[in-house]
Amino acid sequence: MEFLTDVAVLSRIQFAITVIFHFLFVPLSIGLGLFVALAETRYYRTRDPKDRAATKFWVKIFTTTFIIGVATGITMEFSFGTNWANYSRFVGDIFGAPLAAEALLAFFLESVFLGIVIFARNKISPKLYLVSAWLTWFGSALSALWILIANSWMQTPAGYALAPDKSKAVITDFWAAALNPSTLARYLHAVDSLLILGSFCVMAIGAWYLVKKRNTDHGKQFIKMGLTVGIVTVILMLPFAHMQATVVAEQQPAKLAAMEGQWKDGPADMAIVGWVDEANKTTTALSIPGMTSFLASWNTETVYPGLDTMANKVSLSDFKAYDGVKVTEDYQGGIPPVNVTFQAYHLMVALYALLILWLVLAGLALRNANKGKTSKALLYLTIFGPLVPFLAIQSGWVVAEVGRQPWVVYNLMLTNEAYSPIVSNVELIITIVLFLLFYTILFIAWLRLVFKQIKAGPQLEDDAGLAAALATAGSSAADAASSDAGSVAKDASATDDTPVAKGGE
Amino acid sequence: MEVHAILQVLWFLLIAVLLMGYFILDGFDLGAGILYPFVAKKESEKAIVRQAVGPVWDGNEVWLLTGGGALFAAFPPAYAMSFSGFYLAIMLVLFGLIFRAIAVEYRGRDPKWKGFWDAVFVVGSFLPALLSGAAIGNVIQGIAMDSVTVGQFTHMEYAGGFFSLLNPFALLCALTGLMAFLTQGAAWLCLKSPVDNLVRQRAKQLRSTFSIGQLVLFALTSAYFFLLVLPSFGDTRIGMPVAYVFAAVFVVGWIVSRLFMANKNDLMSFLSVNITPVALIGITAASLFPNLIPAANNPKGVFTYFIVPGAADTANSLTIWAHSSSELSLTAMTIITCIGLPLVLLYHVIIYRTFRGRIKEEEIGEY
Repeated sequence: MEFLTDVAVLSRIQFAITVIFHFLFVPLSIGLGLFVALAETRYYRTRDPKDRAATKFWVKIFTTTFIIGVATGITMEFSFGTNWANYSRFVGDIFGAPLAAEALLAFFLESVFLGIVIFARNKISPKLYLVSAWLTWFGSALSALWILIANSWMQTPAGYALAPDKSKAVITDFWAAALNPSTLARYLHAVDSLLILGSFCVMAIGAWYLVKKRNTDHGKQFIKMGLTVGIVTVILMLPFAHMQATVVAEQQPAKLAAMEGQWKDGPADMAIVGWVDEANKTTTALSIPGMTSFLASWNTETVYPGLDTMANKVSLSDFKAYDGVKVTEDYQGGIPPVNVTFQAYHLMVALYALLILWLVLAGLALRNANKGKTSKALLYLTIFGPLVPFLAIQSGWVVAEVGRQPWVVYNLMLTNEAYSPIVSNVELIITIVLFLLFYTILFIAWLRLVFKQIKAGPQLEDDAGLAAALATAGSSAADAASSDAGSVAKDASATDDTPVAKGGE
Repeated sequence: MEVHAILQVLWFLLIAVLLMGYFILDGFDLGAGILYPFVAKKESEKAIVRQAVGPVWDGNEVWLLTGGGALFAAFPPAYAMSFSGFYLAIMLVLFGLIFRAIAVEYRGRDPKWKGFWDAVFVVGSFLPALLSGAAIGNVIQGIAMDSVTVGQFTHMEYAGGFFSLLNPFALLCALTGLMAFLTQGAAWLCLKSPVDNLVRQRAKQLRSTFSIGQLVLFALTSAYFFLLVLPSFGDTRIGMPVAYVFAAVFVVGWIVSRLFMANKNDLMSFLSVNITPVALIGITAASLFPNLIPAANNPKGVFTYFIVPGAADTANSLTIWAHSSSELSLTAMTIITCIGLPLVLLYHVIIYRTFRGRIKEEEIGEY
């Protein structure tokens, strides 16, 4: 239990817990946000009550999810100061600007228009409401851009100089820092993965309605929407992932070598499955020779350096930031944990293959549904489909973050020097326990609510009744009608939540 | 004055402005959250309070995030030292903000857990409202510092413990801030709830009570400040004259708000109760300048406590001159702000216009 006294390790554990939890909800929000905007656009064009029911349904699911992403995002912004004080001091000159820009340019946008999307459907014109739905999504995608700029700078720092006393990095070129070598590839790769997740969730919900044989028109429509966006985004992932891999090959050779478990110099193979024995520095894998070299450079012969030759070849003092300072034992020879990186990478790639399979299955399920057949097996697979992109996204980030260790800022600052030295291990243990407890509560609350909303489904009568009630209000002949509408509203609230229900007094 | 110095002052002022924005905007919804169980007894009344904050709280809270982000970007050492130094207190604020955010959105949708969401809405509003004042009080009087080395990095760090953060002056500041938030919250609920609703009647009473409480606490805090805190500053705080101007603004603003309350003008009452919290931030900023976090020779160690702060320790204080980001970084952020801030103000105009006016009885069901 030595780690319980190690503040550096505890800080990393807390960051991992909080960032993984946050990143369960961010992808869902950005992924589903696009579908909210699309559903709203469709309704704007058709003014069909069915489409109104659908878009109101998506707004509910989306906002229930989005708010957890917003709330747990505050943790991330605070955590740089609370738990990574030395990191913040070292990179603040560069890293702070994108964070401040994210808040100013993106958080305000998404938060304000989220309020409008939740509350103002009956207060503003349909056109303004549609614009608000798109702006909310645009704000969330913009926020992703700024935070990925910040992350990319940590991976491939550019546009900076070291302060003379080496106590911090100072910006020298804003655009070079913001558009550093990995920003574009990372943004495209990450955001595309979020849209894939969104489309799989939309398909899953549609499939559930088909299994339950209810809301079947909506069910088919959801699968179709999800499938369309899913096919486009899964295909786009090929060039985007390729860009990302090329950047890694150029910028982070140790990460590339760890991804393939390559110990000797030479052309890089591409493993299908395998195991890395880090103690004996061997990798046993079923692989395609030269494939990684080919993908990164269009040539199977291109030689990439192996981990053996990289480890300890460069000593810490060879890095500008560490020249003339005492060598830290945490340097790990400059190479990341190899097997974790290897496994996470290959899991991600295998899951990508599964994504394609799942699209085919969902397509078949939809085709059968259109013929009036319910193919339960296919639909159930589609319901569990979102797990595939979920796992792929998380394992992709494990590759990105574990694969660049021991550096928190690549070749500039070691992770084990970046934490807050003033925070004690006891304080960290307290907050880790609290985070686990609180986040579990939030997760349960979210699951319950989202499942309840999915069960309630898109509701036609709800609004028709309400509209009828409004239209007939004041007319004495409408008593019966409005009391009908009232009872409809009550029914709806029993399953969902139009607040009349909570009234109950 | 060279460009870098101008930018350093500008960003000091901008962060103060962002905090003022936070105190004005999130102040009233934090206050309304704390008052929730006291002004609303029936379900329909609770729905009014939630509807009064529901559409706007999220954008309001972003002012705090932006203030934090701006502090990080413009003065990284101050951000790092305060957030890690006040670790447990900041974490309490954070947990409050998280739960409150989700409670606002989930309470109406999740009747089964309504007791739980009601409770965390109140507690989650209370913690940030109380602790932000406590943090400010600690920074004003200065904190104990020690240098700490990790690897090749040596930095000054907060050297006191959690309990010395709860010293008398900080507690007084905490209560003063809390009273300001409560007054704002009550004034907002007066403005938003239906004219004849009990929520408005109760809020009206509380608005007046808390407003008086605010003045009393401001007087107590000022007395404590002049008698026990100010002497330890010596001549290290060159902005004190400006702080006195803001103190006058506080008093005038308070009187103006009382006049509007007596005049039964809910809109002007709400607008004018925001003068005092703005003045409080003004006093804070002016009394600190040019320090970001002044150092003081307070007792050090985890389980220490003090009543009167120690003498100023100017050599170790974090100042805007020595602890800011580079000129280029500040320039880039100034440009970003020039683009972003007008947009932010526009968004606020849009949302407050959309939800202008009192909540109508027939809308109460909608959320």
